[in-house]
Amino acid sequence: MPMGVTNSSVIVREVSLNFGAVEVLKSLNLDVRKGEFIVLLGPSGCGKSTLLNCIAGLLDVSGGQIFIEGRNVTWEEPKDRGIAMVFQSYALYPQMTVEGNLSFGLKNARLPRDEIDRRVKRASEILQIEPLLKRKPAALSGGQRQRVAIGRALVRDVDVFLFDEPLSNLDAKLRNELRVEIKRLHQRLANTMIYVTHDQIEAMTLADRIAVMRGGIIQQLDAPHAIYARPVNRFVAGFIGAPGMNFIDGTIGEAGGKPVFRAGDARIDLSRYSFEGRPEAGRKAVFGVRPEHVATGEAASAMPFSAEASVEIVEPMGSDTLAWTSLGGQNLSMRADSEKAPRPGDRIRIGFDPGRASIFDAGTDMRL
Amino acid sequence: MSVAAMAVEPAGPKPGKLTAGRIGIYAFLVVSALFFLLPLAVMILTSMKPMDEIHNGNIFALPQHPTFDYWVKAWSSACTGRDCYGLSPGFFNSVKITVLAVPASIALAMINGYALCFWRYRGSEFLFTVLVFGAFVPYQVLVYPIIYALSRVGLFGTLPGIVIVHTIFGMPILTLIFRNFFASLPVELFKAARVDGAGFWGIFVRIMLPMSLPITVVAVILQVTGIWNDFLFGLVFAGHDNLPMTVQLNNIVRTSTGTVEYSTNMAATILTGLVPLVVYFVSGKWFVRGIAAGAVKG
Repeated sequence: MPMGVTNSSVIVREVSLNFGAVEVLKSLNLDVRKGEFIVLLGPSGCGKSTLLNCIAGLLDVSGGQIFIEGRNVTWEEPKDRGIAMVFQSYALYPQMTVEGNLSFGLKNARLPRDEIDRRVKRASEILQIEPLLKRKPAALSGGQRQRVAIGRALVRDVDVFLFDEPLSNLDAKLRNELRVEIKRLHQRLANTMIYVTHDQIEAMTLADRIAVMRGGIIQQLDAPHAIYARPVNRFVAGFIGAPGMNFIDGTIGEAGGKPVFRAGDARIDLSRYSFEGRPEAGRKAVFGVRPEHVATGEAASAMPFSAEASVEIVEPMGSDTLAWTSLGGQNLSMRADSEKAPRPGDRIRIGFDPGRASIFDAGTDMRL
Repeated sequence: MSVAAMAVEPAGPKPGKLTAGRIGIYAFLVVSALFFLLPLAVMILTSMKPMDEIHNGNIFALPQHPTFDYWVKAWSSACTGRDCYGLSPGFFNSVKITVLAVPASIALAMINGYALCFWRYRGSEFLFTVLVFGAFVPYQVLVYPIIYALSRVGLFGTLPGIVIVHTIFGMPILTLIFRNFFASLPVELFKAARVDGAGFWGIFVRIMLPMSLPITVVAVILQVTGIWNDFLFGLVFAGHDNLPMTVQLNNIVRTSTGTVEYSTNMAATILTGLVPLVVYFVSGKWFVRGIAAGAVKG
């Protein structure tokens, strides 16, 4: 067992996976703490589900090690790893009743009958599926099926739960309900949970920490707010947040000893921005600001940076309205109150705090 | 005004139309059905006519003195070469061969398809390709090598021998059918069962087998009709005591003692074809699926 990681639940060490010539995972490291809720987030094909399958033992790794609860399980069978898994398609055994589905794994493990009954009873109480126990999966709705699938994981009584996009097959309303339920379950059981999704709302709401993945590499592993507020690169910045962050191309300059960002005729004072390392003047950079951080009207004038802009397009979204203006000749979207939404053609004052913005190198896309 | 009043506002169910095209299609179908039923009708009619009626009458004419004597004769006393026991020994031989070879080939192909679909290993894709390629190898090429191999192990001309031959030759297409069926199931089902601690046989017996009933029905139909209708393998591999019904039929038809007894031949032919016919009538749409599955090679 690796040293100094006694409070770790799952350790992924230098794991790589190749399918032929395709590198799906590239010596990936991940250290999940006991009781932590980790979300693997990324676009399709980023390797997040593959990583989860490797942790579960459903895929053999090409290199590296996997530790679960201090045990090297790299070559163990899935059933011996102390994990339970919930799948996107529910994967309930169609010819078995709900009860049969819940007890299948326990029967395989040759647990005594009364122990099986006890665990099935407890899981069905927690998930409120007791009235469904005698039914076949075909007679259940999507939400009920996923509850049963979660129940099947619950009865295994293990330390680590793996979720592979468990809510993606459900409609929006059910998805919200079950999301809350999964969060409640985590608070109640305090198990380690690793959860794969491409839905950033799920990631933000559920996770203790989010691992944003792309191309088989974890781009950033941090608390949801840190990922939102200080994305390490342009990919993470663009992937998190909806509507997406505005990116404005320009250059870093200096004016009176203070760093500034120049884009077209706009000049943004960056003295409130905390650089990772102060870049030299003249560096090509991308200035990122989230639509919800752009203010209008009097609030805009009070911001450290403000400018006049005209509204081009307006997209009402119910809770608020997305207005498209421009800054330095480039598109800039902003969220406005639906009640006081501007109309196309309006001249308005916009403003934001450069301290809350993100600046990336135009070449490497890394945060400056 | 008058135009507007005459136009019918479209509402409710769309009225059905019997167009000229429809009538044409139905007419064509009826004619086709009659055309294909005609030989069967002639066979049944002829099988019930005494010889003089056949010689003197029209083949479409109804029998003047209908009799089932020829059916009885075809079944129990027609001569196949020197033996005169009718078709019945052949029928029971065919039943034995089919009853043994159908489950054997299907069980093997099922396990094959399951393993090739879910338990991929190095070279499993290659093996599958080779197996499917086997479906295209002409049988004739393999007859002599198999005769040689079977006689070396003492199984040539025996019931186990012919069963083994049918099992081997059923393997490519059946494995393909089962593998494709298993590939259509969600792979997450297999993964969930593995996490639940089921092994190779556990997943096969407890999860996959109960789900494969529809495709098994298809495979059974495909194999029953295929093996029942087989002539070549039965003739070559079954041996004198196990000759299937098709071979016996051939012998009856070819054994001539003076005049050709058409009535007996017709009755014997219908009797031989009865099993696939019954399978067809009982299983209807499954039969068509079986044929279609057999037709989709590769």
